[in-house]
Amino acid sequence: MPPVPTTLTVPRGSGDSAFAGAMRRWPGAAWRNPGRLRRLLLLLPLLPGLAFAQELVRGNGPEPSTLDPHRCQEVACGNILRDLYEGLVTEDGAGNVVPGAAESWTRSDDGLEWEFRLRAGLRWSNGEALDAEQFVASLRRALAPQTAAPMAALLRPIANAAEVGAGTQPPEALGVSAPDPRTVRIRLNEPVALTDRLLLPVAFPVYLPAVARFGAQHTRPGRLVGNGAYRLDAWTPQASVELARNAHFHAAGSVAIERVRFVVTEDAASELKRFQAGDLHLTETVPPRPLAALRAQFGETLRISPYLGSFWLGLNLTRPPLRDNPDLRAALVLAIDRDILTRYVTGLGEQPAWSVVPPGARDHAPPAVAAAQWSGVEREAAARERYAAAGYDAAHPLNLELRYNTSTVHRKLALAVASMWRQVLGAHVVLRNEEWKVFVQNRRARVITQVFRGGWIADVNDPLDFLETFSGAGNPLNTTGYADAAFDALLRQAAVLPAGAARRDALTAAEARLLAADAVVPIYFYTSKHLVDPRLRGFESNPLDHHASRWMSWAAAPATAETP
Amino acid sequence: MTDRSESAASPASGAGAQLRRFARSLLTALITLWLLVTLCFLLLHAAPGGPFDSEKAAPPAVQAQLAQRYRLDRSLPQQYLAYLADIARGDLGPSFQYPDFSVNELIARSLPVSAGLGGLALLLALLLGVPMGVLAAAREGGRLDRALMLLGAAAQALPKFVIAPLLILLFAVELHWLPAGGWVAGDWRYRVLPVIALMLPNLAWCARLTRSSMSEALAGDWLRAARARGYGEARLLLVHALPAAALPLAAWLSPALIAVITGSAVVEQIFGIPGMGRYFVQGALNRDYTLVLGVVLVAGALVIAVNAAVDALRGWLDPRLRVMNR
Repeated sequence: MPPVPTTLTVPRGSGDSAFAGAMRRWPGAAWRNPGRLRRLLLLLPLLPGLAFAQELVRGNGPEPSTLDPHRCQEVACGNILRDLYEGLVTEDGAGNVVPGAAESWTRSDDGLEWEFRLRAGLRWSNGEALDAEQFVASLRRALAPQTAAPMAALLRPIANAAEVGAGTQPPEALGVSAPDPRTVRIRLNEPVALTDRLLLPVAFPVYLPAVARFGAQHTRPGRLVGNGAYRLDAWTPQASVELARNAHFHAAGSVAIERVRFVVTEDAASELKRFQAGDLHLTETVPPRPLAALRAQFGETLRISPYLGSFWLGLNLTRPPLRDNPDLRAALVLAIDRDILTRYVTGLGEQPAWSVVPPGARDHAPPAVAAAQWSGVEREAAARERYAAAGYDAAHPLNLELRYNTSTVHRKLALAVASMWRQVLGAHVVLRNEEWKVFVQNRRARVITQVFRGGWIADVNDPLDFLETFSGAGNPLNTTGYADAAFDALLRQAAVLPAGAARRDALTAAEARLLAADAVVPIYFYTSKHLVDPRLRGFESNPLDHHASRWMSWAAAPATAETP
Repeated sequence: MTDRSESAASPASGAGAQLRRFARSLLTALITLWLLVTLCFLLLHAAPGGPFDSEKAAPPAVQAQLAQRYRLDRSLPQQYLAYLADIARGDLGPSFQYPDFSVNELIARSLPVSAGLGGLALLLALLLGVPMGVLAAAREGGRLDRALMLLGAAAQALPKFVIAPLLILLFAVELHWLPAGGWVAGDWRYRVLPVIALMLPNLAWCARLTRSSMSEALAGDWLRAARARGYGEARLLLVHALPAAALPLAAWLSPALIAVITGSAVVEQIFGIPGMGRYFVQGALNRDYTLVLGVVLVAGALVIAVNAAVDALRGWLDPRLRVMNR
């Protein structure tokens, strides 16, 4: 095979085609085809094969924007970085926080001092020792303004992090230290659940000598030095990122899958076909199709589970007609039939929502919403009543704009919602479709928006993560302009409370206030959906949809020969 | 003025005139590219939203850092001049969306992929389409003619976003002959379906164009004269009619070649191919200023180069053009 200059391939070892054809077939497809021609054709060396028998091929959505953990902010890079790096703590297959580079940790009674005890003999993927001082230096880099880490705000509770991030204090002022080579000490300003945040790539250790030497290009194969279960072997932009097992990983013996290839699958329909053709073992998502048909086709290979994401329609509370008009807002919330939307429009097992924080969130009790229990007739009657109370009727209908970013799924949903508002209330709804960058700008500006597509995907498993998007008038995430001092006070209170009943109650009360004000129209809670090769073991559903390859394995030794 | 009269006066300086003509067309090319870059630069910066606008707004310190790194803190004229200075040195800058790579690297990796696939697709389209068109024209109205033209019309009417999934369904999902997509460097199996998808519409064009210009040529007076001399049918077709019929084909070739080598965003997205075509779309959506400018510049240079080459080819095919150029 001649080397092709278009890729970043580093020598890939021998035996590329020796096992070709082993791990490729989607069982169940074989019998569908007529026999003789097929058998004849199988003799041709045309079959798509994976390079190694033990290689796992994962669909990963769009091209990762970067492989620098501190600069990663989207799902695609996060998935790969969780294989390449390990933080002080990590997640197991079910999403529980488990020891990572640190074998144990302690937390002071006030929740402000944390001490992590590193495992003995930790090594980088190049064999060099990894000690506490390097964890400290990495955290300083993550928060330094020069790094421009997009997720650094989630490490803001660390002492002096805000000052370091603003550049008013040097990185050395950050509240992290290494009293000895195996101890990392982190001091906080507020007692947050630190371990949740240490799971984020922005808290992963980065090998600083490579950063110093290669700058932004330290993430290339041959340069990238990590500490995770895998090391970077090849990166072909817009095609694939290939990983190989890291022999220096502290639990290398328990990592079953030898090689992992993350492939770019921008188009969900193409990804599905690649799975059907046996080219992928695991998909990033599933295209929107009726659930029943997908179930019938894929059975148990289709995995759908609750995801920590919430889809809502935001209401601009700072402009007419929705400002100071609670009756109208309530009418809009009540007039929507969420069962129809989730069953026929989105259709992938989404759960109808009457609140903001999704059910999978840890330590959360949703506030009771009476309307959730009503029948359709009751709900619609109430909606019409509130609509009339707001001063609208058939002669003076409401004119409303519903804004969404260009996407087939969003358009379908917006059309359905608009027709519900028209049928139930008689409102005139105009759909406005905007390109993403324009849409986010308009939404943030809160000037021309009325009703708009909104939602939130959790970064950490905490109800506060969802509710904080509604707090504070200056908050750029607060696209509705919801301003309620009592709500903000409850969130501040919850932020410093340890996990437990008091915190849960504060968050429930805050969410209840938000819903009572009808600042948003909750629609549904997201699901994560994947197609998983039936031979793949260790793929467990979890609310953040994180699936590190190190927890997976193959059911049995795969056959090396094709039997027609 | 003076040098033109000089060159006309002394035919010995023909090489000098050619050199001057070459210099002039090079200058025209550079001015065209400069206008292209300028226009594109202005349009990009006029588009609402910037490269770092996202759902989550970065804190001010981070925004300032990013703006400084990408020179967005300077005035637009300053940014423009700095960018021109960079491209004069051959540096297309860092990508906004993929900060781990420079635009030069992204193009250097993706253009050969697109050009390889597209060039092969067009070559096959020519190798198959020209004989198909000749055969169809030779028996105009015959069964072969009708069948070929029907196939051609179908291939032309089906957009690539329909053909590509159909090919995948048939050859990857049902028959398991070929991968359903993806890219492994040096593995030809990943190229077969994309090449077919890229080739089919071109094949249809090529066959139809050849057929219509062939049948026009076959009806020409000089063909009648040649036929009266008793030349065989094959000689009539291949020696007399085909070169004349090749002219429209050559005119079609330059836009077709440019379209296939700069890559098809649709085909690349469906098959997951790391080609250049998707950067036009992705880059614009992400407001990746440097990436868009880079691919536009490269595509513009290709357009100029391909046009020059095809003009030369047409001049060689058609003596009338040679006279006009003189």
